[in-house]
Amino acid sequence: MTIKTYRQALHDTLRSEMLRDEDVFLMGEEIGVFEGSYKITAGLLAEFGDKRVRDTPIAEEGFTGAAIGAAMLGLRPVVEIMTINFSLLALDQIVNHAAKIYGMFGGQAKVPLVIRTPGGGGQQLGATHSQNIELYYAFVPGMKVVAPSTPADAKALLLAAIRDDDPVLFLENLALYNTKGDVPDHDTPAEIGRAKITREGHDLTLIGYSRMAYIASNVADALAESEGLDIEVIDLMSLRPLDRETLITSVKKTHAAVVLEDDWLTYGIGAEIAATISDGAFDYLDAPVRRVAMAEVPMPYSKVLESAAFPTNDDVINAIFQTLEAVGRRLKKVGQSHD
Amino acid sequence: MTDNALTKRKAPTRKPTAKKVDGGQLTKYYRDMMLIRRFEERAARAYTEALIGGYCHLNLGEEAAVVGLMSALRDDDYLFTNYREHGYALLRGIDPNRVMAELYGRVDGVSKGWGGSMHMFDMAHRLLGGYGIVGGQLPLATGAALAINYRGLDEVVMCTMGDGTANIGAFHESLNIAALWDLPIVFVVINNGLGMGTTVAKASAEPEIYKRASAYAMASERVDGLDPVLVADAATRAVASARVGKPFLLEVVSERLRGHSVVDPAKYRSAEEVAHLAQFDPVPALAARLVKEKILTTAEVHKIDEDETARADAADAFAKSSAQPDVSTLFDYNYATPVANDSRRLPGEPLFAAAARPSTEASR
Repeated sequence: MTIKTYRQALHDTLRSEMLRDEDVFLMGEEIGVFEGSYKITAGLLAEFGDKRVRDTPIAEEGFTGAAIGAAMLGLRPVVEIMTINFSLLALDQIVNHAAKIYGMFGGQAKVPLVIRTPGGGGQQLGATHSQNIELYYAFVPGMKVVAPSTPADAKALLLAAIRDDDPVLFLENLALYNTKGDVPDHDTPAEIGRAKITREGHDLTLIGYSRMAYIASNVADALAESEGLDIEVIDLMSLRPLDRETLITSVKKTHAAVVLEDDWLTYGIGAEIAATISDGAFDYLDAPVRRVAMAEVPMPYSKVLESAAFPTNDDVINAIFQTLEAVGRRLKKVGQSHD
Repeated sequence: MTDNALTKRKAPTRKPTAKKVDGGQLTKYYRDMMLIRRFEERAARAYTEALIGGYCHLNLGEEAAVVGLMSALRDDDYLFTNYREHGYALLRGIDPNRVMAELYGRVDGVSKGWGGSMHMFDMAHRLLGGYGIVGGQLPLATGAALAINYRGLDEVVMCTMGDGTANIGAFHESLNIAALWDLPIVFVVINNGLGMGTTVAKASAEPEIYKRASAYAMASERVDGLDPVLVADAATRAVASARVGKPFLLEVVSERLRGHSVVDPAKYRSAEEVAHLAQFDPVPALAARLVKEKILTTAEVHKIDEDETARADAADAFAKSSAQPDVSTLFDYNYATPVANDSRRLPGEPLFAAAARPSTEASR
């Protein structure tokens, strides 16, 4: 084990995969000379040269599509789209082509492509640079969408994504790049399509992914300390396929669930989670499934307004307390008001 | 008729075939053109009989262009094309039976019934797809050329499109990238003067599309698409350029003899224009030339027609007899790498099987 940042784990995994397999190469805007907007690819141009670390024009549709075409001929491109907001410019290539080619041609061509891209919010980047639109890709059959929340999972899922023969959207998050954690030294890929129980508990199931899985762990730890709560935390890890069984098994045990998401609530990822719990654990629920999500506005620049719109630890704690109240549980803090 | 296909035909770049052409080659062109002609007519009939579903775009009138372009490719070169593709599939060497079976949506189709008219694919013949989204194939083809370049191979990618595609963003992004990176690719615009019903003059600020290449410092040429020899010569030059890392834009001026698709009655064209179009039909034009130059007798020309009509009929019979896909195969192509929790639920099935209520299990 080595303690690394999420950023370093991504960098080191890209590098080791490029050393392992000559068909792995990187494409994206400003990833070479400039070393990446978030410096994930720092040093790689100098080490591997411009054939394998390819700076592209500002042309998301063109270079993402080119990566798909190169993948059809057996290369394993890893594309960096600077933020997920800009992936909208490549939507046709991702949705109409990358996700379709294997099925539409009867299984004759694989698309072993990885699109790395960060979601975000909370950094005063305004309406067009603060969105979390992974749902658009998780909605589409043929895509795989993964969203690690720790440096260790960033490594394991990136290994899995690069070695997978299908198009994988690999969701990063601006707020996670500097977080630290133990990262295994061995190269063991994660299994795409599996959620992970990151904390076992019996009082309530707290579900998140990416930044919100990180928040979920922190909040659960804090409430164990302050309230003696025993919260089970699930990191979805994979948004497509979605590991419904792990969710249902947990809720059947805890009888309550709170779902955290950095996207918008209406039609968001949390809506699918809530519907899944309703389908699979309806009779086990002691309270409605609660969702915590971004306010439904174009994200304002103003720090005050942005902070109000963006989900925080306190929002999560309130949702947990209110759900447990609905269950009928007495809490040290909020339970008193109901005596 | 200020902006229609006919005025375009008088473009100054049009040149008559000057050089002496080998009779055997010309005969082969004719046979290939007749293969496409009779196949497409057979497909149109099956479509109007509701035996073929979806959309059905035909190469009728473009036979000389298709034949000339395909003659310039080696077997190991790649082709990406759009949804007007049956003729390209045939001339890449794919069995007409399998092309027709795809139109019928059967298991013996080139895409196993998953693609239909617009999405034919055969890796063995290096047809890397018909694509139904206008412009979608351009970035992909550019990427295939990148892969060839990456591996240091001397193969070439040809990427064909219609005139309307020149106005989509992917055209600009792809030509720019191809030129920047010296990729082995030929972009071919089949300019038949019409999008669906919108003329090139109403859609392109620069209607002479080959001139767009200058924005990318790319070589380009415009050629008469009704003469297979001229098309083959131009395509050969373009492919040779691409093979040494100089991408090329080739504009092939053609005619669309029918509507945009089988169901389009083309009411936006006048009766006069339609009648006028007949003289630009490349198939009888080549037949007349073969007879005039005493390469073939009239009887031999008829024999080729009969042969290709028989092939089209045989393809139709084969397609009709090919099996329908089994419903159990519906999820066979979800993913190339099998994955946990892949959804294989039919529309009427619940996510979770009905279970006993927990209270009856005394589990709580």
